[in-house]
Amino acid sequence: MDIANGAALPDRDTLLDWYRQMVLIREFEETCYDLYEEKRITGVYLHLYSGQEAVGVGALAAIEPRDHAITAYRDHGVALARGVDPGPLMAEMMGKRSGVSGGKGGSMHLASREHNFWGGFAIVGGHLPLAAGIALEAQYSGRDDVVLCFVGDGSSNNGYFHEALNLSAVWRLPVVWLIENNLYGMGTHIDEASGQPLLHKRALAYGMRDGGRIDGQDVVAVNGALDEAVAHARGEGPVLLEALTYRYRGHGVSDRQYNVRLKDELEEWKAERDPITRLGACLEEAHPDSRPAMSALEQAARDQVLAAVKFAEESPAPDADDLVRNVYVE
Amino acid sequence: MAARNQPMREALRKALREEMLRDERVFVMGEEVGKWQGTHRITRGLYEEFGDRRVRDTPISEMAICGAAVGAAMAGLRPVAEMMTINFAFLALDAIVNHAAKIRYMFDGQFSVPLVFRAASGWGDQATASHSHAPEPIFAHFPGLYVAAPATPGDAYGMLKTAIRDENPVLFSESIALYPKPGPVPDDEDHLVPVGKGTIRREGADVTLVAWARGVEWSLQAAGQLEREGVNCEVVDMRWLRPLDMDLVYDSFRKTNRCVIVEESLPMYSFGSEIAAGIQENMFDHMDAPVKRVSAMDLPLPYARDIELMALPDADKVVAAVKEIV
Repeated sequence: MDIANGAALPDRDTLLDWYRQMVLIREFEETCYDLYEEKRITGVYLHLYSGQEAVGVGALAAIEPRDHAITAYRDHGVALARGVDPGPLMAEMMGKRSGVSGGKGGSMHLASREHNFWGGFAIVGGHLPLAAGIALEAQYSGRDDVVLCFVGDGSSNNGYFHEALNLSAVWRLPVVWLIENNLYGMGTHIDEASGQPLLHKRALAYGMRDGGRIDGQDVVAVNGALDEAVAHARGEGPVLLEALTYRYRGHGVSDRQYNVRLKDELEEWKAERDPITRLGACLEEAHPDSRPAMSALEQAARDQVLAAVKFAEESPAPDADDLVRNVYVE
Repeated sequence: MAARNQPMREALRKALREEMLRDERVFVMGEEVGKWQGTHRITRGLYEEFGDRRVRDTPISEMAICGAAVGAAMAGLRPVAEMMTINFAFLALDAIVNHAAKIRYMFDGQFSVPLVFRAASGWGDQATASHSHAPEPIFAHFPGLYVAAPATPGDAYGMLKTAIRDENPVLFSESIALYPKPGPVPDDEDHLVPVGKGTIRREGADVTLVAWARGVEWSLQAAGQLEREGVNCEVVDMRWLRPLDMDLVYDSFRKTNRCVIVEESLPMYSFGSEIAAGIQENMFDHMDAPVKRVSAMDLPLPYARDIELMALPDADKVVAAVKEIV
């Protein structure tokens, strides 16, 4: 399956940079999976982004460093695409003091204030009004920053979604609401959970710009749609759009039946729509000399993730002082 | 210090207005806070003075009001979000408890959440079960949040200023029944009541009455009545349900060796339970009598006036409880 659907392709360096980010995310996530199987990452929550890389990478490439990103608990890919160092991210998975959240947040609560990456939130829909509030601060302060809020398809059916989107429309807040529709809220298919499974159509109900449904496995298409959405949000107000995507792992690592239950569907998505394979093919077609560069990026991703694991495993655990620190601003 | 006699409602409005003048980052948001002038008139005149950027009417969306306040606070503003009544804060419990209270800890100090959730609280005139709560202890259950509950106009003024200036999230409970009651309000724009500090409303040597908000009023009435019968009560107004000024309770208890806890809220897993547990753990050698509690009855509140009042604490019930232990 081609990508970009005839749209103008970004230059080779841009495509290679997206490739770099996507293979880094895939490598990071699959390593997390293996580490969990080996009990080197513990706990009960680990929600992997494998399969959805084009959404995070394509979308975040459309915003500036001064803009803001916020997401739910499937947050590793967004953190990496926002430029957060894999070492402190891996350390957070392992509950180490050198983790981005000091080992107190875990996989679901990654954040990096300096990257304007506001987290990593674990209550479905809970971060949506936070996104509205962060956008309100920008508007209130007279800046034109925008907030890119990643929204799981599952959260489109709880009250937070309705209240936050409506508020953003009433106040014309600069938010891009990007639904990552991976078809399943835990195990329930979107067709069984939504009266209107074309989730972007909800925009009509709020009187906001409908950015449509885009192919979330096509990084170029995602980026193009987000460029438009961000420009609209920056000037005029909120936008809702939907990227159709697919996750290769279960809802979380504790979802052990996923690969059995959805074997055929999963294999089809992997074989025909994999976002990394598609970007690679696109690069080779447009720039036939790209294969060595891509191979080098794949190797660099493996090296980087290995270094991150080493950094994390060699870091100390938090101690009793850390346990009681930062409940309040003292 | 010079002071003016004002109802609590006016003291709160004065504090809000002065803090908005003092700090551009402070703004008000909530249902009917602007053009309507506030359901309880706390924000009266602010919309006209500050405009719709800083006095923001919202849809009836408690989750979004509280959640957007959290986001705005993380990003550097100082929101004062109004819950028309504290009963509606139940709709936003997740935004308050899982987000406002925990974000600083969860991200190990990367963010602070300097905001105030103001909420009108307490049972009203036949407001019925779902609109008749004093649920402050529920919020005080959670570390990461402060809970304020002033009993006087002067404290309402100073505590709201403290809450707005503090770097932490504060659930600020305002007793609807106390809104119209007057008291001295200091003429001092920097009058602050420190977080977590209670105060002695009345000194006495025989029994310690520990209360907050309306409970203070019932305790003072009871103390006046008991004085005529030769029982001298000390009235401790906790003012903050979190942090809880147990040292103040213990200092009083060392003197009186007896305690009655007075609360408008329900008895199970309550303010009273907490204070009583603290006393038995730490003051066992000073105890001359069981610790008594006066609370609302363990019921949803009914409509009919004849039975509504039976379910609630009052000064007579405080007097009766004191008499059981002296």
